[in-house]
Amino acid sequence: MIKFEHVSKQYERNGVITKALHDINLTIERGDIYGIIGYSGAGKSTLVRMINFLERPTEGEVIIQNQPLSSLSTHQLRSVRRKIGMIFQHFNLLESKTVFDNVATPLILVKESKAAIKKRVYELLDFVGLRDKAENYPKELSGGQKQRIGIARALANSPDILLCDEATSALDPQTTQSILALLKKINQQYQITIVLITHEMQVISQICDKVAVMERGRIIENGSVLELFGHPKQRTTQNFVSSVISDAIPTGVVENLQAIESQHTDSALFKLEFLGRSATKPVINELILQGKVVVNILFAHMSEVQKTVLGSMFVQLQGGQDDINQAVDYLRDHEVQVTKIEEKGINGERS
Amino acid sequence: MEQFNQTITTAFISAFISIIDYLGSLFSTRLTAMDFIEAAYQTLLMVSITLLIGAVIGIFLGICLVVTRPNGLLVNRPLFRFLNTTINLIRSLPFIILLIAIIPFTKLIVGTAFGTVGAIVPLTIYIAPYIARLVENSLLEVDQGIIEAAESMGATPIQIIWHFMLPEAFSSLILTLTTATIGLINATAMAGAVGAGGIGDLALSYGYRRFDTTAIIVTVIILIITVQSIQTVGNYLARKARHE
Repeated sequence: MIKFEHVSKQYERNGVITKALHDINLTIERGDIYGIIGYSGAGKSTLVRMINFLERPTEGEVIIQNQPLSSLSTHQLRSVRRKIGMIFQHFNLLESKTVFDNVATPLILVKESKAAIKKRVYELLDFVGLRDKAENYPKELSGGQKQRIGIARALANSPDILLCDEATSALDPQTTQSILALLKKINQQYQITIVLITHEMQVISQICDKVAVMERGRIIENGSVLELFGHPKQRTTQNFVSSVISDAIPTGVVENLQAIESQHTDSALFKLEFLGRSATKPVINELILQGKVVVNILFAHMSEVQKTVLGSMFVQLQGGQDDINQAVDYLRDHEVQVTKIEEKGINGERS
Repeated sequence: MEQFNQTITTAFISAFISIIDYLGSLFSTRLTAMDFIEAAYQTLLMVSITLLIGAVIGIFLGICLVVTRPNGLLVNRPLFRFLNTTINLIRSLPFIILLIAIIPFTKLIVGTAFGTVGAIVPLTIYIAPYIARLVENSLLEVDQGIIEAAESMGATPIQIIWHFMLPEAFSSLILTLTTATIGLINATAMAGAVGAGGIGDLALSYGYRRFDTTAIIVTVIILIITVQSIQTVGNYLARKARHE
């Protein structure tokens, strides 16, 4: 569907060359909701604009539905763009035109008949739930309503791909939820491939199937959202994941722990991570029932990503060294990821 | 209805004439109300014709400046440089100098360099680049995001100008034309130098050269009222265009 092959982009300003993108390889399948996350300046905005060639790569190739974009004439490129909708952080609606005219614009550009335009625009306004605002001007709408109009406009030409450029970054959390739900509905109802860029991991965890993490113009990690949330490898990814799933021990717990630590020498501290099936099984209960080690749960956190439960838990296991090792093996057998935490590591772990 | 309108107009004009004649009798001036009306007509003629032609040329040039500039929709460095330099060149001449400097050209175009008709050519050449600059500024104010959205929809450059830039800049363009109109009225005062007549010329030739203070006072009042009204109407229309 969408393929990046060794794509690089560099800008030259006053003789200084800045590399915005560095050897990007990425494949986005039809029907995916693909999230691209990164801090500002990571290059995600440039990357998403390459899909409709608003930005052209200096090296490499962007391939949409088996067509390399660089091989297209200006005319062909325009017709490809008509099948790629785009929504923006600041909506970019025409302030001088009514909601109806805004949604109608892409259809006017392709010279649709008046009757066909009217029918399609009302259909779209119904879909985004704003039929009654047809004669209003954008400035009379709230941010969430403006983005809905942006979405309706982007869908006017029945695109195959929808690009979302920080589409929820200017909205409050509640409105963000409703816009994300709408995007999900679009993906399911029309099988439109969605590529969205964001700096909020919350957005990724809610609607994306797959995610790529960008840093300094490179994709440092990508894969299914679940996988990435479960086992983030890169530091930046871990930071993003921890913004949704808190995996640092609260300071209060750390202080208590130090007090306990001084009394018990035959104990060890572990971080347990549950993913999917293992999160629903009573593994800890069984471990306790075995009665060989004392399980002291210090801190636990559960969250839901893509309808799958992700859990992390800090436990202190007390008992003989052999018993502790056995307990760890038991947990690992039951698909729980176990990491031993050194005592020194407790303080100030992860900033 | 038409007759009624005519009656009203006639009544209005005769009231205007008697007021001015009354003022004239108070302050003693050699000018009659008819002189003022004739001058006002000449000014109106010069301003409206020049504004029409100047706006068409100016808007066209303004669009050209915006699209051919670096990072524009249709980058064309030589054309941009040429337009930019030419406009600056003309804009650096005070109108009175431009008026005289292009007399041969004016003769070539309209056959005479004298009178109201003779003033229209230099006035147009004076105002068109001015409008072009103002239009350029108005269009550059259009949010870059709007242009990006247009491009992402697969709009052609002409479509971007017509369906996106011009509607978004419309309110600002109205103010631009308002400013240009007032600038034109300003310039017509100097067109008297080639015998074009007009309100400004009246003030200069009677008020200044013949020490007729009343002529100056009346002219000043007329000009203030005219400019105020134009600005008020312009502001109103611009507000309307912004849907406020």
